[in-house]
Amino acid sequence: MNDRYDEFSSGSVPYGQMFPDMYGEDAGGEAEQGYENKPRILLMGMRRSGKSSIQKVVFQKMSPNETLFLESTTKIVKSEIASSSLISYSIWDLPGQVGYESNPAFDNEGLFAQTGALIFVIDAQDNYREAIAKLHTTVLRAYEINPEICFEVFIHKVDGLSDDAKTVRQQDIVEHVLANIADAELEDQIQISFYLTSIYDHSIFEAFSKVIQKLIPQLPTLEQLLDILISNCCIEKAFLFDVVPKIYIADDSSPVDMQTYELCSDMIDVVIDVGCIYGMGENDDTGLGYDAESASVMHLNNGMVLYMKEVTRYLALVALLREDKYEKHGLIDYNVEAFKNAVAKVFEPRQ
Amino acid sequence: MKSKVLLMGKSSAGKTSMRSIIFANYIARDTMRLGATIDVEHSHVRFLGNLVLNLWDCGGQASFMENYFTSQREHIFKNVEVLIYVFDVQSDTKSDDIAEYTSCLEAIREFSPDAKVFCLVHKMDLIPVDQRDAVFAERSEELQVLSEGLSIACHPTSIWDETLYRAWSAIVYSLIPNISVLEAHLENFCEMCEADEVVLFERATFLVISHATRKTHHDEHRFEKISNSLKSYKLCCSKSMTQFDSIEIRNSKFAAFLDKFTSNTCIMVIMSDPTVSPTAMDINIQVAKSHFEAYVSIRK
Repeated sequence: MNDRYDEFSSGSVPYGQMFPDMYGEDAGGEAEQGYENKPRILLMGMRRSGKSSIQKVVFQKMSPNETLFLESTTKIVKSEIASSSLISYSIWDLPGQVGYESNPAFDNEGLFAQTGALIFVIDAQDNYREAIAKLHTTVLRAYEINPEICFEVFIHKVDGLSDDAKTVRQQDIVEHVLANIADAELEDQIQISFYLTSIYDHSIFEAFSKVIQKLIPQLPTLEQLLDILISNCCIEKAFLFDVVPKIYIADDSSPVDMQTYELCSDMIDVVIDVGCIYGMGENDDTGLGYDAESASVMHLNNGMVLYMKEVTRYLALVALLREDKYEKHGLIDYNVEAFKNAVAKVFEPRQ
Repeated sequence: MKSKVLLMGKSSAGKTSMRSIIFANYIARDTMRLGATIDVEHSHVRFLGNLVLNLWDCGGQASFMENYFTSQREHIFKNVEVLIYVFDVQSDTKSDDIAEYTSCLEAIREFSPDAKVFCLVHKMDLIPVDQRDAVFAERSEELQVLSEGLSIACHPTSIWDETLYRAWSAIVYSLIPNISVLEAHLENFCEMCEADEVVLFERATFLVISHATRKTHHDEHRFEKISNSLKSYKLCCSKSMTQFDSIEIRNSKFAAFLDKFTSNTCIMVIMSDPTVSPTAMDINIQVAKSHFEAYVSIRK
């Protein structure tokens, strides 16, 4: 067990470690080591649209109400997220006031060339005409440099809107953005996904999960492994969670029901909260109280059982199954162990 | 058994918000929707079976306050067991707050001299983290001086973190009459299970009623953190129309078992021996249940 951990820990950087770095007009040049092999996720959008808040809430566990105090971001903030040797990515938080896409002095090539996903955040509570225009120029510029980029639009801060208003704003934004793309005659080449998000609920984690999943080449294999596991253990639904940002990097192929997802994702909070209090050793480098033996079982009063088990250093399997199927839990433990080994093999560095 | 609990403080200090979070399953963000309390809102909260908290949430606008101290004086301040006075830490009318607080104490001295007083310095989340301790120390000293002759307890609180649970756990703890007997039995149970720690929570609010500890722990705020965490999970579960019955969490260093205990409580047992089988723990808890039922419920 231990050698596997050593292998994963080499070269990975603990969560929450920030790499503040002046990355101004002469971007793309030096000080780039360590970033080039990892898919890069750019967070872009108008100023005060909530980019840094998203980054802080999802990856640094900041409580949403504290984000009110965040200062405007004035330089590119890069943070490295490494959950295991293969699933690692860097998030670049770009200040909104700088017009990167239109500034010829700025090295857009360096910025977009290695970018896996571009998340454009639009404040749904603000006047978003300008944001849509900026999104359009950004998308065109990025596509020109790197046609492989996934474009993701977060229609953000929807917590303050009624359900009707949400739908109206979403339709309006989607319509405008797609019309602009169609005007540029690129509607067949550029795919843009839209998400309604808020940092006050699960929507931001769900949206980020979808984005990250697009960047994981092993996703089909993981999904298949989960499918095999759930059919053999009679599990209703299973997720593979990255425990720190609470993002799920894979789930079985059955549809995701929001309530099940919330139950599973909040279960991780409880496990980590209790683990942080009672399960911290002297040399716990994760600071989470999460280790190779981490496991949890919750019995619900509707005849269901939530089951969580550590899979790799930062990954956890969370499954929902019926109480009567959990009776032979030795068997489930055994199957999960096999699943765990299979996942470890998937992520084994290629020789 | 009814206990009269007065909840007072300036308007928009956060009285109704905290009451709603602790007793009415609000999440912190939803309290923004609460309007001002008009006059006095009474609510009865059944706690631990037959202890009923008779909460008087007193609207804090100046005109109401004046009434409380004059025409309604006896009605409001008679037979009070606990006075909870909420201060907005960022209030811009500090001298008025203090004047109102002093008049309130006067009335308490007159009609319920035995009442316990809890001062909650609220909205601490608005103070930068590094200044919180200093600000609170200063405030609590001021309040101690103002309240001479009465024993008061000050707590820093915020609806956004576990401090709210700490303060309210201390408040309900002071109301439970036979707590020492209960604690002795809990110590005993902890000893017999060879557990590191046993914590008893009230089931609806997840406020900590009591605990027994055999192994010292570095984090003195751990119980309210767990209260907070469990309560939020409870709210998450209720969105799916369900509730958790039992929880087991372990890693290589510990195993924690949370289970329904008596009809109004949950028990959490912490073991540092992770080889303990959940079934064994379950049996221990089941056996202790009926024994504890007698001590947890409160008789007249």
